[in-house]
Amino acid sequence: MARVVVDVMPKPEILDPQGQAVAKALPRLGFAGVSDVRQGKRFELEVDDSVDDETLAKIAEGFLANPVIEEWTVRRVQA
Amino acid sequence: MTSRIGVVTFPGTLDDSDTARAVRAVGAEPVALWHGDADLHGVAAVILPGGFSYGDYLRAGAIARFAPVMGPVIDAAHQGMPVLGICNGFQVLCEAGLLPGALIRNASLHFVCREEWLRVENTGTAWTNRFDKDAQIVIPVKNMDGCYQAEPGTVAELEGEGRVVFRYLDNPNGSVAGIAGITDARGRVVGLMPHPEHAIDALTGPSDDGLGLFLSALDHLVSA
Amino acid sequence: MSIPTVTADTVEHALSTPDTKQPYAELGLKDDEYQRIRDILGRRPTDAELAMYSVMWSEHCSYKSSKVHLRYFGETTTEEMRAKMLAGIGENAGVIDIGDGWAVTFKAESHNHPSYVEPHQGAATGVGGIVRDILAMGARPLAVQDSIRFGPADADDTKRVLPGVVSGVGGYGNCLGLPNIGGEVVFDRTYAGNPLVNALCVGAMRIEDLHLAHATGVGNKIILFGARTGLDGIGGVSVLASETFSESTGRKKLPSVQVGDPFTEKVLIECCLELFHAGLVVGIQDLGGAGLSCATSELASAGDGGMRIVLDRVPLRAKGMTPAEVLSSESQERMCAVVTPDNVEAFLAVCAKWDVTATEIGEVTDGENLVITWHDETVVDVPPRTVAHDGPVYQRPVRRPSTQDDLVADTSAMLERPAGPAELRETLLHMVSSPNLASRRWVTEQYDRFVRGGTVLAQPADSGMIRIDEETGRGVSVSTDCNSRYVALDPYVGAQLALAEAYRNVVVGGASPLAVTDCLNFGSPEDPGVMWQFREALHGLADGCRELGIPVIGGNVSFYNQTGTTAILPTPLVGVLGVIDDVRRRIPTGFGAELGETLLLLGDTRDEFDGSEWAHVVHGHLGGKPPKVDLARERLLGEILIAGSRDGMLSAAHDLSEGGLAQAVVEAALAGESGCRIVLPEGADPFVWLFSESAGRALVAVPRSEELRFTEMCSARQLPWVRIGVVDKESDAVEIQDVATLGLAELRSAWEGTLPALFD
Repeated sequence: MARVVVDVMPKPEILDPQGQAVAKALPRLGFAGVSDVRQGKRFELEVDDSVDDETLAKIAEGFLANPVIEEWTVRRVQA
Repeated sequence: MTSRIGVVTFPGTLDDSDTARAVRAVGAEPVALWHGDADLHGVAAVILPGGFSYGDYLRAGAIARFAPVMGPVIDAAHQGMPVLGICNGFQVLCEAGLLPGALIRNASLHFVCREEWLRVENTGTAWTNRFDKDAQIVIPVKNMDGCYQAEPGTVAELEGEGRVVFRYLDNPNGSVAGIAGITDARGRVVGLMPHPEHAIDALTGPSDDGLGLFLSALDHLVSA
Repeated sequence: MSIPTVTADTVEHALSTPDTKQPYAELGLKDDEYQRIRDILGRRPTDAELAMYSVMWSEHCSYKSSKVHLRYFGETTTEEMRAKMLAGIGENAGVIDIGDGWAVTFKAESHNHPSYVEPHQGAATGVGGIVRDILAMGARPLAVQDSIRFGPADADDTKRVLPGVVSGVGGYGNCLGLPNIGGEVVFDRTYAGNPLVNALCVGAMRIEDLHLAHATGVGNKIILFGARTGLDGIGGVSVLASETFSESTGRKKLPSVQVGDPFTEKVLIECCLELFHAGLVVGIQDLGGAGLSCATSELASAGDGGMRIVLDRVPLRAKGMTPAEVLSSESQERMCAVVTPDNVEAFLAVCAKWDVTATEIGEVTDGENLVITWHDETVVDVPPRTVAHDGPVYQRPVRRPSTQDDLVADTSAMLERPAGPAELRETLLHMVSSPNLASRRWVTEQYDRFVRGGTVLAQPADSGMIRIDEETGRGVSVSTDCNSRYVALDPYVGAQLALAEAYRNVVVGGASPLAVTDCLNFGSPEDPGVMWQFREALHGLADGCRELGIPVIGGNVSFYNQTGTTAILPTPLVGVLGVIDDVRRRIPTGFGAELGETLLLLGDTRDEFDGSEWAHVVHGHLGGKPPKVDLARERLLGEILIAGSRDGMLSAAHDLSEGGLAQAVVEAALAGESGCRIVLPEGADPFVWLFSESAGRALVAVPRSEELRFTEMCSARQLPWVRIGVVDKESDAVEIQDVATLGLAELRSAWEGTLPALFD
């Protein structure tokens, strides 16, 4: 068994209203110096060793992310 | 003298004009309160209406809770002023710590807009004194994040102290114990997901049952 | 932090490099169109100019294939029909006078292709765009409707597209605080790979607040406000960037997808209305398709002078954007206003109050050209009309397809019909639960219909009705309809049937029809058969409107709706808007509002099954001739229903359309949770009476005390009527004498179970 982390983020050129809402709120709360925020999703998958990288990429590309507007990264971490 | 009830507008608030209409319908005077103005302008009660404040992009109510107007609202609530949070307003009250628990995504993962039957279980609050105990009323719900959740200990406390004010007869969003609305310990701060301001006239809503909340506040203010 | 400055292709540079090869073909321009641009300018266009012309001369913006036909709407609109029209075709949206000083504007627009690529965002930005069109007229947007069409309900791709479209329409509209008051959901295999998402918005204003998109007054300032400009929806134009700048900016080809931010739009609406109210706006234009290219060229060509834009002042969201990209960006939630110099400060203050970014980007000049500079160099210098209005006009070949005769000859007469009570009962349940007739609750429950507190009728009612004036109760209702199978069989008659149905849906609610909008969805205009469908449908609609005496005040054309070479069924969506002087006298759909109601069927029932839902559901058949259309009869039916509403003679009314009488009875019984007893006329063929789709009919419930008065009025006006039963509030069944008894619970589970089973 291994833990796989998939991070899904809006593509840089795609509008991210969520991130913008947070970025605009920070100065109002008195936190200065944060120029941009982007909000994404993190998935943690417990997978058998038999699942290869290609399959993980398919899961990320075809299901967890919407490749039209989001990009993703997959990494294996120690369970 | 007419009772003055404040209706707060955050950027993204949607039901402020409907709430003001409901306040007017019972003979009280609605006073528009702006999110950026840390002043309650002498109102006797405050309503936080529904909507998607700041787009609800971080968490529902999470950003609105820090708006300047919320400072005096929180202070006044601690001093016993009646405060009602409807839908997004309920979410803001939870984020602000005036009410326990939180509202998460509906169990169906869909936005749900439905005419819903509720049971009024606590008629001792500033917002429900006009209802008969266990009255069944029909009021619309319409939300994306309406699933009420709290730790088991908190739920037990709410149930034990009779602080569940409204309960769904047919739970539309997966809320724990069918909870639709709750109150603080003093019965002054009430939050609920359903929209009483959309049930003030059978022409535009399913009933006029929602008027009861606004009439209750009026009674409370007049007798106080 | 250093941002690389993008060197632009300037007018000066274009003059000195006349022979530079330009990627006009990749931008969709034909050889002769590119040559025309060179002729207009007397030189090669700059990249920025090429971007502007190519997007403004596209089918979507220039209506180049439809223009010659659309003129027919103007030719068939009489002065009398124009009497209440305050703005018509050519403005952002048409506007009609509804009385008491109120003006109402409504329009539908398609967002088909984007909704296939990314269903949620495609549908969401479709709603956002049409709402800004309404806002740009000076009106407060009040309600939306959506007409959405998909491939077969059980197809895998429909399971991807439909939930995304519904969550997009709902997510955006709900967050804007606009009630969704109706629409359509239709399934047909020709929409697989090419769903239709047609969004409609209704808005209202006091007549004196009407704003038109004009940039008048030399010295007036141009202010861009709303969201920042990013690389949204510039997939097409990115070819310029990749050719010229890919090495310096590292930009890859961009997707054409736009992401919507309804929160920003909600704030923008409130900000705009405050600006209008304070009288701070001379002219206004929303930024939709073609972005700043469209807004600046249209504002300038509608004004009385030229315009200068300092493009590098546009607030950007992405780094290293080229002038062509800034001009072509379709970033959502932006507006462009013309403001007198002395009002600029006040204008900016209102924007600041709403936390809306606003930037003065230029001014109206006494020149003739639209001149755009980028870091002090001129990148665009064009006569604005040549961009906005003088695009190419095509006279596309029009030919009735050779297959049309066979289609018409293949009637439904040979199809096997149900015989006997058991088969009729089974057919009824099968029909009621079929995807096109089943309850839309799974969809409409995801839409807020209560917000704003003015919704009087909403789905599943025939039309959506909202109150406009709280004092007087004056309101409007809207219905959008199209049976595209009828249109396929006979585009002229089919379009009139769509008009007739939308008209009927408005009158059964008690409102008087006033105006029409359309959204004409067709296949490729390069196919002469498609152009024949288009021309026939357009003529049918225009002639029909003249006969009904209501003008078409706006519309939208969407071509190239096809998968491979298979076009969608021709879908000229028709929206009818009606006015009611007091919404309290609206007629609901459900039985049982009054104690003791008689059921009357108004109109003629004929044996008409070609193109019907029955032929489609039971036999998968499409052929023959659509039902007969009689617009004089529709008008008479409308007058009777409106009189019935005004005099309180009707307690319920429901239009008869797809699925016929059986469907109407089931829906009205379930809406009122009240049973009924149906007795068909002596000697009637129960199959024909229950399922025929003859037009010009309505089912009404009349309180017994009003029955004589109402039927005497029908007889006097020569509207055929027949008593077909009674409502029985005590009963929990629909009993069709000698045919079947169906419990309300059984009907409800058949009617409401279908969509959840498919999409949950």
